[in-house]
Amino acid sequence: MKKVLMKGNEAISEAAIQAGCKFFFGYPITPQNEIPAYMAKHLPKAGGRYTQAESEIAAINMVYGAAGCGARVMTSSSSPGMSLKQEGISYLAGAQLPCVIVNIMRSGPGLGGILPAQSDYFQAVKGGGHGDYNLIVYAPSTVQEAVTLTMEAFDVADLYLTPVMILGDGILGQVMEPVEFIPPKKRKLPKKTWATTGNDGSRPNNLINSLYIEADVLYERTLAQYKKYDLIKEKETRYELYNTADAEVIIAAYGSTARIVKSVIDGLLEEGIRIGLIRPITVWPFPYTIFEEYASSDKVKKFLTIEMSMGQMIEDVKLGVNGKKPVDFFGRTGGKIPTYDEIKGKVIEVIREVTA
Amino acid sequence: MEKMILAGFGGQGIMSMGQMIAYAGMVEDKNVTWLPSYGPEMRGGTANCNVIVSDKDIASPIVDHASTVIVMNKPSLEKFEHYVAPGGNLYINSSLIDHKVSRTDIHVHYIPASDIAVEIGNVKVANMVLLGALLKISKVITEKSVLDALSKVLGSSKTHLFEINELALEKGAALVSNTNPNIAM
Amino acid sequence: MKTVFEKTKGLTDKTFHYCPGCTHGIVHRLVAESLVELNVLDKAIGVAPVGCSVFAYEYFNCDMQQASHGRAPAVATGIKRVLPDSIVFTYQGDGDLASIGSAEIMHAAARGENITVIYVNNAIFGMTGGQMAPTTLIGQVTTTSPNGRDPLTDGYPINMSEMLAQLIGSTYIERVSITNVKNVKHAKKAIKKAFENQINNKGFSMIEILSTCPTNWGMTPLDSLKWLDEKMQSVFPLGVFKEVK
Repeated sequence: MKKVLMKGNEAISEAAIQAGCKFFFGYPITPQNEIPAYMAKHLPKAGGRYTQAESEIAAINMVYGAAGCGARVMTSSSSPGMSLKQEGISYLAGAQLPCVIVNIMRSGPGLGGILPAQSDYFQAVKGGGHGDYNLIVYAPSTVQEAVTLTMEAFDVADLYLTPVMILGDGILGQVMEPVEFIPPKKRKLPKKTWATTGNDGSRPNNLINSLYIEADVLYERTLAQYKKYDLIKEKETRYELYNTADAEVIIAAYGSTARIVKSVIDGLLEEGIRIGLIRPITVWPFPYTIFEEYASSDKVKKFLTIEMSMGQMIEDVKLGVNGKKPVDFFGRTGGKIPTYDEIKGKVIEVIREVTA
Repeated sequence: MEKMILAGFGGQGIMSMGQMIAYAGMVEDKNVTWLPSYGPEMRGGTANCNVIVSDKDIASPIVDHASTVIVMNKPSLEKFEHYVAPGGNLYINSSLIDHKVSRTDIHVHYIPASDIAVEIGNVKVANMVLLGALLKISKVITEKSVLDALSKVLGSSKTHLFEINELALEKGAALVSNTNPNIAM
Repeated sequence: MKTVFEKTKGLTDKTFHYCPGCTHGIVHRLVAESLVELNVLDKAIGVAPVGCSVFAYEYFNCDMQQASHGRAPAVATGIKRVLPDSIVFTYQGDGDLASIGSAEIMHAAARGENITVIYVNNAIFGMTGGQMAPTTLIGQVTTTSPNGRDPLTDGYPINMSEMLAQLIGSTYIERVSITNVKNVKHAKKAIKKAFENQINNKGFSMIEILSTCPTNWGMTPLDSLKWLDEKMQSVFPLGVFKEVK
């Protein structure tokens, strides 16, 4: 298939359309505005429909209604808007509705800024809304990976009956790269017999619901949900290892930050210094096991987490490393992107500590 | 690997010049990235983008150490002069920038791009004059690929603009050979 | 034995949980009967709110979705986008529709969503135990307006029907009550028309039904009906506020 040059936001949109997304509910916010614009222009041509909601709150609830009817449906926003969606996301998780939610992160808290950040990590992977639930959260680092994961997200959502989040940042949303749209490996997906589509009496009424007023019932339902989460952890956890063999220092970074880290790793390798990167591709489920594995290796002396935040993913890295090795941190936030030199400086500092 | 920063006022065709380079690179089967600035500086009317064209995989799309910088206005020169890596090339639209660069570790090309563009009939092709100069020096992509990209960008409704763009590229290329770059490595 | 009356097929056999004297039961029946009589029960998808009628999904004998507080019109919009031929209705109280969900109802109406909204206004938050609602009358005592609603601190009641009628997007807006047989019969007609509009693709219809809450009003069911007729109706007059033919 021919490569096309596309912005991350547009490529995510096209990937969604090609994955069979038929309904999109949007609301403007920078830096994700290309997504609703692309959907408004191209979704009708694919037999779908774009709807501009009156708020992010309304948009996520429209997603709920549409997902409840069994349609492939998506919404997107950026950090402040994602906060508004959290209530709806909790309901979607509670009602076990499949859908895809894109967060092109900008800096916070509050109105924050419009420049890239990774400070919604906690919100994305530790709940965000109320109650016991998780989302599958993909953290693509290139436009091509965003395309692949978005296409797959719809299948994964339908398979496990859960909302799936694409967690990008302003860099991923705005950067243009050549991409190919290759359909993901076919998965056997269950029929959506639970969807509310109108009942002619041939089956019991279908109900989309997250209310279980009896404690015993909600308890059992939640346990069943968490069994499903265990299966997701087992089957869907993904990460990339970059240059980790023989590395004494392992960096943990995801998304756009991981790209800058890779540049630094490449640069240092030319100087004969070997450091590695573990890049979580799913930040939920988090690849704890691989961190544990490297932490148990005598070769590895130290971990360094690098984020565009004040340190959020580092908590999961520490859970994986489990006290076996020290975990250091370097972060830039507020819309400041860590530079090549800054990261390199920190890495060299860590290497000196390790070799001292 | 060519790592570029292109900067100027909004409306000078900075973003489209960057996209054209990226597109041409893709056509030549190279790895490319194009990253626009979209932050608060956009609100002051300036625009810049990072473009990388490479035979190898591109890790970070962010350009901190540029092999090439094109600046089309004075604020951009002030902001991006120090981004040029030693040995790199700095292309200055000398029609709008009277400042001379004091750095001696880089190649500086003073090109009166806006004047030339006006001379050949359309100030809007000043970006193409600078791009012509860049292509002559860098050879990261061929002029042919750029022209292919250009015809794609312009579309069939704007074919009349094709010739003047092509002319602008030629003028820029011719000028850079006449310009004595300030090489003092 | 000759059958002179039977429960509509539009309702399930589940026993209502509503308090004695509450008029939700009547409204449920009117909605369900309308769906059956219009022969659209098999195409109906209802959206239940948060509030006393949160369990509406157990009573209506059709596919249902339960929405978060106030968002039923947004959920209904999502449903109608996917299944334009289905008959979609929301069933909302005044806390749900006029307070937390005022934006969603406004914009659903402005978009001219082809849905039917059943708005049950009893001037109080019932399920949470009788707090002041945006529709609470001036002087009305609730747990959060213990000295009576004071306009200086609490503002004034919101007349949703009058407001929504102003929007270009709305098609049919009427306020009815169910305090006597005549009113119930008229309410049924209005509800049925609201569904007919949807069947005929006419756009957004809302029927506001003035309703009682004896428990939280602290009155007998009969006194409640009287209070509704006398007090509530003076603030929320009955009538058609908009009808695009």
